[in-house]
Amino acid sequence: MNGARGRILAAIGASMLASVGLTIVYALGGDPQIEGVLLGVSLGGIAIGLVLFGHHLLPGDQFVEPRDVIPHATAERPGVEAAFEAGAEPIERRRAIAIAFVASLGLLGIAALFPIRSLGTRPGRTLFRTQWRRGRRAVTDSGRPIQVSDLDLNSVVTVFPEGHENAADSQTLLIRLPDDVPPPGPSNWSVSGVVAFSKICTHAGCPVGLYQAETQELFCPCHQSTFSVPEGAKPTFGPATRPLPQLPIGVDEAGFIVSLSDYTEPVGPGFWNRPE
Amino acid sequence: MIRRLARWIDDRIGGSAFAESALSKIFPDHWSFMLGEIALYAFVVLVITGIFLTFFFDPSVAETTYNGSYAPLQGTTMSEAYRSVVELSFDVRAGLVMRQAHHWAAIVFIAAIVVHLLRVFFTGAFRRPRELNWIVGVTLLVLAFFNGFTGYSLPDDLLSGTGLRIAYSIALSVPVVGTWIAFLIFGGEFPAEAIIPRLFVTHILLVPAAIVALLTVHLALIWRQKHTDFAVRGRRESNVVGPKLWPTYAAFSTGLFFAVSAVTLAMGGLVQVNPVWVYGPFRVSEVPSPAQPDWWLGWLEGALRIFPPWEIRAFSYEIPNPFFPGVVVPTVTFGALYLWPFLEARFTGDRGPHHLLERARDHPVRTAFGITALTFFVLLQLAASNDLIAHRFSASVATISWAFRILVPVLPLILGYATYRLMTALKASTVERFAELPLRAVVKPGGDGEAPPEAEPAAPAPSEVGAMIFIFPDPDGRWRWSYRVTDNGLELRSHKSFVSPDVAEHAAVQAYPDTPVVQSTEPVAPTSPP
Repeated sequence: MNGARGRILAAIGASMLASVGLTIVYALGGDPQIEGVLLGVSLGGIAIGLVLFGHHLLPGDQFVEPRDVIPHATAERPGVEAAFEAGAEPIERRRAIAIAFVASLGLLGIAALFPIRSLGTRPGRTLFRTQWRRGRRAVTDSGRPIQVSDLDLNSVVTVFPEGHENAADSQTLLIRLPDDVPPPGPSNWSVSGVVAFSKICTHAGCPVGLYQAETQELFCPCHQSTFSVPEGAKPTFGPATRPLPQLPIGVDEAGFIVSLSDYTEPVGPGFWNRPE
Repeated sequence: MIRRLARWIDDRIGGSAFAESALSKIFPDHWSFMLGEIALYAFVVLVITGIFLTFFFDPSVAETTYNGSYAPLQGTTMSEAYRSVVELSFDVRAGLVMRQAHHWAAIVFIAAIVVHLLRVFFTGAFRRPRELNWIVGVTLLVLAFFNGFTGYSLPDDLLSGTGLRIAYSIALSVPVVGTWIAFLIFGGEFPAEAIIPRLFVTHILLVPAAIVALLTVHLALIWRQKHTDFAVRGRRESNVVGPKLWPTYAAFSTGLFFAVSAVTLAMGGLVQVNPVWVYGPFRVSEVPSPAQPDWWLGWLEGALRIFPPWEIRAFSYEIPNPFFPGVVVPTVTFGALYLWPFLEARFTGDRGPHHLLERARDHPVRTAFGITALTFFVLLQLAASNDLIAHRFSASVATISWAFRILVPVLPLILGYATYRLMTALKASTVERFAELPLRAVVKPGGDGEAPPEAEPAAPAPSEVGAMIFIFPDPDGRWRWSYRVTDNGLELRSHKSFVSPDVAEHAAVQAYPDTPVVQSTEPVAPTSPP
């Protein structure tokens, strides 16, 4: 008993010291690691103290009580049912009014559903188009336009349409393929071995962030979909089912890369009415 | 002082009778019954730390430039939400501890719920009359998942932004109404500005309120129906055995609360979790690599990763790929969880009330089903790290993913069947422990090649030879009863006293219907059986 008493008091004492320490550490400017240790001791000391107290100094007897078997309550059930039915009787006699009440609540409920519509804009054609337009320059997220000579061989750059550098749906990868790899897609969609593909994975919409230069494959770190650029960004592994859409590009008079039009198909993950 | 306050309250609302029965209420005390309590106490830690966080978090996506004390982010453009989280972590005293403790408590909360659910499942504690509480419990798990996701998405860092993007794509994949669902939740096309403030209100008000309400129902139902127990030492369908709430159980349970707080807060200070300053602020065209969600979303992430590149396209409409792993898998999972008590009752024909728990071997089909499901989810969980596993073993991600594509449908069935054989063998044998079971009993169930016995309802409690009920007076003139087994020295006393020996006997017979009753006029010392 005495041993238990000593251990309980030691645990409580450790907790008290740690709590004092906590206030000091806080006053001195705080430190997450020390605070963590002290919180652990402060709370843990009380925990250990309580468990030891319960274990050694409180009655450990096992008691027993009968369990009311709930079906016994059925004895009271007819009374409840009778009380309910007695109250419901005048309502049932005026059935038409009761039905009118229910109908009015139903209509009110339907009317109350409409404000849900206010939560979002109408999808409409939003998913079918991006901010790319004929002649819009491809710029980095800081707004710098790109010339073919800015691109290293066999590398990628993320671009947006000029003036829409935050447009998530328009993010596009410019890829300068090695000279011996024929650019995929219609011949007038690429410029000097530079091709442009949507950066949004057609699986779950993550940016296809990794480019494996040896194989010219784009790799999505979220779910490992892999797209082969020379084959028109066709998926070669992972859950993606469709190629990344290709953006037709050219150069303007100043030599900067521009889009020839918007994407010709919706970019990003699939949806119910996505056209083929 | 406390007595005066209690009297003051009792004078106004009454409640002595309830309080008296509450203080002497019996709580069975097997270690596995603490799992739900761990979840409860982790929730308390979540609320306390979470309230602190709300005073500092700014749920706004307005753009700002960082100029706080974390040097690597100096001058970076970011949202107010992200800036306030970094500021809370580095420039608010005790802020980092609170934030990390909140995250650790969330991890512990969901883990404790899942293990608690497994305990309830494998012991058959969900059977009548507890189907309702099972439904409440599964709903609490759904809400915990949901609030975990909304909370983890709030800081607007690169990792959580990627999670939101995937959630948006999953919403988009729902047939017919997917685009509308995604646009109404997010407020428009991803990344819409409305989402962070909406997640905030959902995370700190809507879901916690629902959790508090359902938790209250969950506990009230346990209180009303009383806890289940294993069929050992005096436990019957008709009684409850254990310490009284006051004081022993209260001391242990409060101790457990402090233990859960100690662990989560110590981890909050000592173990880094969700270092959003390392991930960086959300950028529409960036993605972290490798990217893994919190542990409890791993099964869905794994399903998304290894699901084959299939989609359905017909009549110029399509059901995109993420619908199957992202919507069908969780719907079937939670649908099966909700329906399990009713499916099991239907297939076994056992619709009677049960208060004594089963062991895994008592119901081989259920146990085998549970192991099958568990293997399935553990494999999906591992598949969520296919890139890390591939890196670790210098294999290609494709190889590892293919391994999972084969293992996920195959291994659960194999382990499920093995479990079924093992459980039937254990059930047919007399051995107490798994390790004592001879291997040939598993290979040849029943020993002589007999068909394994069908699953049956739990065996009745083992009869205790020489059990007796004693009715005896208390020193204060009231009466008690006690259940005694001379063979093993077991003595269980009534949890309260009664006005007369007849009332005591009535309660005793209710608790132990077929046990002989002996009335004594001498007070019997509780520890010295006659």
